[in-house]
Amino acid sequence: MKRSISLLAGAPLATRIAAGFVGFWLVLAVAGPWVAPHPVGAFVDQDVFSGLSARFWLGSDYLGRDVFSRLLYGARYTVFLGLGAALLAACCGTTLALWATLSGGMVDEIISRAMDTLISIPSKILALVLVAACGSSLPLLLLICALTYVPGNFRIARALAMNLAALDFVAAARARGERKFAIALHEVLPNMIHPLLADLGLRFVFVVLLLSGLSFLGLGVQPPYADLGSLVRENISGLTEGAPAILAPALAIAVLTVGTNLLIDALKPEDKR
Amino acid sequence: MSAPHIEVSGLTVAVGDVPIVSDISFAVQRGEVLALIGESGSGKSTTALALMGWCRHGGRIASGTIRVGGMVIEGKSEEELSAIRGRHIAYIAQSAAAAFNPSRRIMAQVIEPAIIHRIMTRQEAEAKAVDLFRALALPSPETIGDRYPHQVSGGQLQRLMAAMALITDPELVILDEPTTALDVTTQVEVLKCFKAALAHCNHGRGATAIYVSHDLAVVAQMADRIAVLLKGRLVEEGPAEQVLTAPRDAYTQVLVNAPHPVPAAPAGDDAAPVLSVRGLTAGYGRVIDGMPQIPVLRDVAFDLPAGGALGIIGESGSGKSTLARVIAGLLPAAQGEVLLNGSALPPRLEDRSLDQFRTVQLVFQNADTALNPAHSVRRILARPLQHYHGLTGAAADRRVAELLDLTRLPAEVIDRPVTKLSGGQKQRVNLARALAAEPKVLLCDEVTSALDTVVGAAILSLIEDLRRDLGLATVFISHDIHAVSALCEKVLVLYGGTPVELATRAAFNGSRHHPYTSLLKSSLPTMDPRWLDTTRAPILRGFRVEGLCPFQPRCAEAVPGLCDAVPAPLREGDGMRWLCHHSPSIKEQA
Amino acid sequence: MSGAKTGKASLWPMVARRVGSAALTLLLVSMVIFAIAGLLPGDAAQEALGQSATPEQVAALRHEMGLDQPAPVRYARWLSGMVQGDAGQSLVAGMPVGAIIAERLPNTLMLAGMTAVLAVPLALIMGITAAIRRGTWIDRAINLASLSMVALPEFLVATVGVLIFSVKLMWLPSIAMVSAEASWSDTLRSCALPILSLTVVVVAQMARMTRAAIADQLDRPYVEMARLKGASLSRVVLGHVLPNCLGPIVNAMALSLSYLMGGAIIVETIFNFPGLASLMVNAVTSRDMPLLQACAMIFCSAYLLLMLVADMVALLANPRLRAQ
Repeated sequence: MKRSISLLAGAPLATRIAAGFVGFWLVLAVAGPWVAPHPVGAFVDQDVFSGLSARFWLGSDYLGRDVFSRLLYGARYTVFLGLGAALLAACCGTTLALWATLSGGMVDEIISRAMDTLISIPSKILALVLVAACGSSLPLLLLICALTYVPGNFRIARALAMNLAALDFVAAARARGERKFAIALHEVLPNMIHPLLADLGLRFVFVVLLLSGLSFLGLGVQPPYADLGSLVRENISGLTEGAPAILAPALAIAVLTVGTNLLIDALKPEDKR
Repeated sequence: MSAPHIEVSGLTVAVGDVPIVSDISFAVQRGEVLALIGESGSGKSTTALALMGWCRHGGRIASGTIRVGGMVIEGKSEEELSAIRGRHIAYIAQSAAAAFNPSRRIMAQVIEPAIIHRIMTRQEAEAKAVDLFRALALPSPETIGDRYPHQVSGGQLQRLMAAMALITDPELVILDEPTTALDVTTQVEVLKCFKAALAHCNHGRGATAIYVSHDLAVVAQMADRIAVLLKGRLVEEGPAEQVLTAPRDAYTQVLVNAPHPVPAAPAGDDAAPVLSVRGLTAGYGRVIDGMPQIPVLRDVAFDLPAGGALGIIGESGSGKSTLARVIAGLLPAAQGEVLLNGSALPPRLEDRSLDQFRTVQLVFQNADTALNPAHSVRRILARPLQHYHGLTGAAADRRVAELLDLTRLPAEVIDRPVTKLSGGQKQRVNLARALAAEPKVLLCDEVTSALDTVVGAAILSLIEDLRRDLGLATVFISHDIHAVSALCEKVLVLYGGTPVELATRAAFNGSRHHPYTSLLKSSLPTMDPRWLDTTRAPILRGFRVEGLCPFQPRCAEAVPGLCDAVPAPLREGDGMRWLCHHSPSIKEQA
Repeated sequence: MSGAKTGKASLWPMVARRVGSAALTLLLVSMVIFAIAGLLPGDAAQEALGQSATPEQVAALRHEMGLDQPAPVRYARWLSGMVQGDAGQSLVAGMPVGAIIAERLPNTLMLAGMTAVLAVPLALIMGITAAIRRGTWIDRAINLASLSMVALPEFLVATVGVLIFSVKLMWLPSIAMVSAEASWSDTLRSCALPILSLTVVVVAQMARMTRAAIADQLDRPYVEMARLKGASLSRVVLGHVLPNCLGPIVNAMALSLSYLMGGAIIVETIFNFPGLASLMVNAVTSRDMPLLQACAMIFCSAYLLLMLVADMVALLANPRLRAQ
């Protein structure tokens, strides 16, 4: 932790800005309910789709509720569902990848074929079919988003693990008589951490986009809960007026995803020239 | 004497503010060959490339002047330099296999310099290329240009690259370690072609050339002048003969009197073998009737007494490293057996016991990939201590310190990540890890090939000391014939996976050999400048026929009707075992 | 050379192996989709008859629809139907799934095609420019822009597009009308916003992968060699590097094009575009499983077909296989 902070202090401006955006959202997602100026479901404005004002920082929505407060609450679902699903996908994908790589032969064949099958179903299509079949409660959404991105993570992790497994230090460990589990844990995994973290960030971006997309279609987070995508959906009638109620949550998602993406890119080791 | 053709003075190339080479000055007359000699990282390639105004890795020419035939190089724009590169100054790279574009035909690439600089039509350029192919003794010169780079051999590609460089009749040719990636026998052939082609350049007046190399013996054949670089500085420059016979600088003296390892004391040959290999056949792919689809090793056999040393030599692809992997269990053998103290070692890793793992330790060729970059030195050495001996805590720390001491590593490296160590230090850690197991047999797979001469020699003498002090039986796998013949009591020569000769040191250092061993030994360059002209180029006719002598297609002494019809018999005598129809041939004394 | 001969001989088996592998994957995909659709709590018969139906009525309909048969039998029947072009009956619309899809598919193909015509050259230009100008401000600007575009939610792109071009400037309609009678220019005008939105979404990824593929080659020794022959960087990239990264670039194009088929869901919804993706959303909302399965299979087939084509291009571009 200390190292990553000192790393950021010396980083270029763009990195610090990107890190600032991401940190800002993480803090808001945790602290949102405490800083929200208005109760989340209260009809506080006489007007609907009002503009920016001192009382309603981001205006009011189609029922006259405070957009800023609803945004703070909505961010929790977007951020935590996204993080949870990305973490779950990365853990499952990487575990399967290590297992496949070190077992080789039939095990590798079967796992890889299964993952190839899943990856051939475009992620949105897979999520839609799963939602249609299982419904969209919050835990189910988390699982669906995770399952959708397991194959992608598996593919990356397997490629990394395969390259590492071909190196001499893995052969040295095998010739020493180490067990597969120890090789995976001590020799292979530590060398995959950096690219895997980058991939985790990328999966997080994908999950947030998928999840808010589903919510935007009315197939994601269901009332009474609302994530950022749901906020865009419920205020879509304000589009022709250019209401902040529709732009604010959409921009909020963009700041979160673009910020994450820029941060990953900035933390990537410089490509050698 | 006319003005020098090339004049470099006070050249400094820097990345940012860090100089890579500094204050280099030399001059070359028209038609002369200047060699730049030094270790990796000495700045010899940087200096040579600066003559084309080209700096790698974001470097720049910080100061100094470069004149090539009246042209000013420093301070020119990229466009101006592009007009010179390939037209007036041509470059021959180290690895032709990497320097040729894999997806374009050879002819298109060879004539590209002439096309870019618009000095010939395509037809003229192709005609000239074919002439050059012929002059460089390339097979089927009319059609070889239609092939893709992967369809010709490494030695041929290197010569094709020479054709690419010479097609514009450049004033200056830069050869950057052009034979380093080749086997010694191929090197002879390529060097002969280069020497002839350079001499014929510019209508027989000879090209001016810069020859970059780390190998003094090669340079002795090619150069008129030699410049020696050390850590980015020029330490000595002078006529080749003077530098080779009477070097003034201390570093050059070290290079010239190459540190040949001191012949090792023999272990008692009558000691019971600790490692025996019998009829070993191994390879890749499915095994049918004890023969793998792609056989790499065939019918290999040897004995290694406790504390003894066996050398294994052969060119790349001869199966040397595979043999080490088979003994270590990484590649199960298809046939034959490996005996450890008289009892058979299971071929597969899964069936070996912890003690069997411990007894045989493999030291990998490349310490960069053999050590886990995520680990510190302590962790790398502590792991086998815990794994084999159950040592943890203070006892393990003590033993790690001992191992560092044993391999002559400074104690403060202990908590460094291996990525922060020098090449030589990494190789010592690699060795220390094997010693941590307290093995009886040490398999050293080309342990010095990635290191500079002086560093490599130190590693070899360390291994030799350890062998003597700890009584380790050692298998040396190497392409360095000098080192092997000095360190090992027995030498096994592999050709295409088949053992063609197994000789005691005395016999190996003698003059009676299998024809392949003779070829290998005669292909080793010496400091004698006449060596290249008096050495025969190797021949190649036909292809290897399964069951017959594998060396027959390249053998100068093959007897028609015998060697290409009857399998070679295994003969024994005079401290040798060899696979040939001939009695060991007597090499003509040069 | 003997090596060249075997190269020629092994090309067709490799093509056949890839086609076979894609077919096998498609078969497995159909199993997965069929299996997921079967997770549905309750079943189609119950769904069709509503809550008030008696158990006897449901059982009768189940029998009629073949739902009382074991899953493998139902799968086999469904698959053989799909292969013959009969995707069953839509539960909601009460008409053949095939007919509904036939109405929508041309629209989706048109939208994807027009977007591709705009996006592919744009992405190539961006990617190649960034690679040639590696390390300069142009490269950094393209990098920043494409990194941001990749992570933009589609509904933001589409709503901002509507706000600017339809609400403020009133240049373009915010609803995409597609009809057989409309002239080409009308169709183009009404589809302009969906096409622009989709272009923003797919162009960045393609450009990034193009640049990455080229940049990966720029450190190879053969590039330095070509530069030392006097070739300019543009000549090296266009003449030497591009042939070597045809495979990864075509792969990136194929990935993005497959995205245009199924990924256009949100854009189609916002602009009310009568395409296949919005049809699929309707099928999810109304839980019309036969329609949903058919749509999913079309998208997966499109993905596999595009990847197969990309694979073939890469295979044929490799001189180790192409050489005579």
